[in-house]
Amino acid sequence: MAANNYRHALFCAIVTLIISFPILGFNLEAKGVNIELTGAKTSTIVAVILAAVAVFVFQAYRDSFMGLLGKLPKLNPLAGREPMEQSKRVKLESWVLTGIVVLALFWPFVVSRGSVDLATLVLIYIMLALGLNVVVGLAGLLDLGYVAFYAVGAYTFALLSQYTGISFWMALPIGALLAGLTGMILGFPVLRLRGDYLAIVTLGFGEIIRILLNNWTTLTGGPNGIGGIPEPTLFGMEFGRRIKEEGNTSFHETFGIAYSGEHKVIFLYLIALVLAVITALIIRRFMRMPVGRAWEALREDEIAARSLGLSRTAVKLSAFTIGAFFAGFAGTVFASKQGFISPESFVFLESAIILAIVVLGGMGSQLGVILAAIAVTILPELAREFSEYRMLIFGAAMVLMMVWRPQGLLPMRRIHITLNKQG
Amino acid sequence: MQDLLYFSQQLINGLTIGSAYALIAIGYTMVYGIIGMINFAHGEIYMIGAYTALIAITGLTALGLAWLPLILIVALLCAMIVSSSMGWAVERVAYRPVRGRHRLIPLISAIGMSIFLQNYVHLAQGSRNIGFPALIEGGFNFSADGTFEMSLSYMQITIFVTTLVCMTALSLFISRSRTGRACRAVSQDLGMASLLGIDTNRIISATFIIGASLAAVAGLLLGMYYGSIDPLFGFIAGLKAFTAAVLGGIGSIPGAMLGGLILGVSESMTSGYLSGEYKDVVSFGLLILILLFKPTGLLGKPEVEKI
Repeated sequence: MAANNYRHALFCAIVTLIISFPILGFNLEAKGVNIELTGAKTSTIVAVILAAVAVFVFQAYRDSFMGLLGKLPKLNPLAGREPMEQSKRVKLESWVLTGIVVLALFWPFVVSRGSVDLATLVLIYIMLALGLNVVVGLAGLLDLGYVAFYAVGAYTFALLSQYTGISFWMALPIGALLAGLTGMILGFPVLRLRGDYLAIVTLGFGEIIRILLNNWTTLTGGPNGIGGIPEPTLFGMEFGRRIKEEGNTSFHETFGIAYSGEHKVIFLYLIALVLAVITALIIRRFMRMPVGRAWEALREDEIAARSLGLSRTAVKLSAFTIGAFFAGFAGTVFASKQGFISPESFVFLESAIILAIVVLGGMGSQLGVILAAIAVTILPELAREFSEYRMLIFGAAMVLMMVWRPQGLLPMRRIHITLNKQG
Repeated sequence: MQDLLYFSQQLINGLTIGSAYALIAIGYTMVYGIIGMINFAHGEIYMIGAYTALIAITGLTALGLAWLPLILIVALLCAMIVSSSMGWAVERVAYRPVRGRHRLIPLISAIGMSIFLQNYVHLAQGSRNIGFPALIEGGFNFSADGTFEMSLSYMQITIFVTTLVCMTALSLFISRSRTGRACRAVSQDLGMASLLGIDTNRIISATFIIGASLAAVAGLLLGMYYGSIDPLFGFIAGLKAFTAAVLGGIGSIPGAMLGGLILGVSESMTSGYLSGEYKDVVSFGLLILILLFKPTGLLGKPEVEKI
């Protein structure tokens, strides 16, 4: 047994060396037309060797490690306790959510402009993640092309404002409805497909949308994107120094205060906040409505759900459309915030990030998804030096979550009734 | 005559790309055939194969080795070893622990692995694309009246021949060897095969290793053919190869070969007659259409849903 263990450990260590040494140990550098090979820094090579040794030690003494791990006192002191009472938990969750919203309301007035800007981005991601949560978390449909609907929302606003001079408030429902419609049109044929095929088809669809945006130069401006997207106005009051459109007044003149660029940023943030709260509330309602129950039923057991009379297409389509609708919502806000959009913003990686948020937060759980969106967007900003490792860590986190905790950090608990024992 | 030459040129280009796609598609189709999951990270394994090959070629040239076949063979071996170790490790780390859980869980794990590997190479080798030296140059030129020249380069011939050799070896391996027989048994019925004393874990690992080494071969060939590589180039190629696998009928090895060729030809016809920008749209559109109307593909066997 022992010898076998060592052999396996040695094998694993050698594999570690093989997969890391050539890629990490040598750097390819283009010098003019020629390519030169330089050795990596000594620290990298030492790290690779240390990693191999670590793998060897771990694999060789795997059983004792695992034994030790089991004997360790539980890291999480709350792990062993009884689950909180149903009504208490629901109340607590509402309180936490309300607390977050109240905190978010005062947030922009105390922090710097850059933080407010970042917070707006966080809110956009929250909207996206809440929307995808309906599709992936509740309905169990893996959508890898979610960013396409986000693009539809953003481009709808950009194009309409370019050709018809539409305002943000008009574009918001149009963008969201168009995205929802796209979702419905796409969903109708593809939702018959089994889970993993559906994932690939949506991925292909997302790529098609991106390629079209990139190459349909006459309409979308191709890779150059579309600029000059207007900012939202408050009852016809603009936030710029000078008024761009006839008939509008400017915010700082109406209220007789000095012009400040911060007003605009804070206003946008507040709009995003209100929309994110609306999104969360609407989806929360949906979850408790028959259609929300139907999503989960179909996810859990398709055959049983269908035999109880649920229409598979209608239920799945509703989830897909609602998810797409909120992506369009977020897209319009994004276009308005950036003032400029290009296909660069709608690549597959974006879909993967939103998916990662949903997965990390706990599929189906709103609070979890919101916290994950905040963490995923803010952590890389806090640790600037790690920002280039962001996607690496994302990828690893997705794998580790699936292996150890597929239900996510804050898993969803369904409202349920436990029967009391009689007598 | 002119049109015919132009057409044959597109056909040759398409078959070249298509046969390389087929090599990658084998990895998807074998893994799907056995454990029913889409190995999303397969495109990255192909990309790593290409990088390793380039590193080996550059290193060997710097050491003063000049005999081209030796360089290529050594580079190929290096790429195959690294890629197949990667394939083995990926299966061990990311797929085996989640095997048998709900369908979406292995898929998300695979997407995570794919992002991880992309960024691993990105961090180690930079995000810029690196030129891949064209080691095999020249070719035959055919011309009718001197205006359009149809060319069949030695590189294209190399790709055909290598693919043919690999495919023949694979077919022989699957049909004749003991492991190959076990592979077929496991793909028919995993539970039954394991009852009959086949070490299914070992067979699944073997599948990943075979798929990854074929992807490495494709990595070297396509890297050389395109002339440059970057950390993202596995993603699209992986998607194309997956399309090829689905087109031919996922789970079927001859299907993957056929699917790869059809996809390659339709792609090169699109860029030849319509526009190069839309060739990806055509292949993804093809994927969507096939999945909608004939999810079993051309050579796949229909799947009966058991309750």
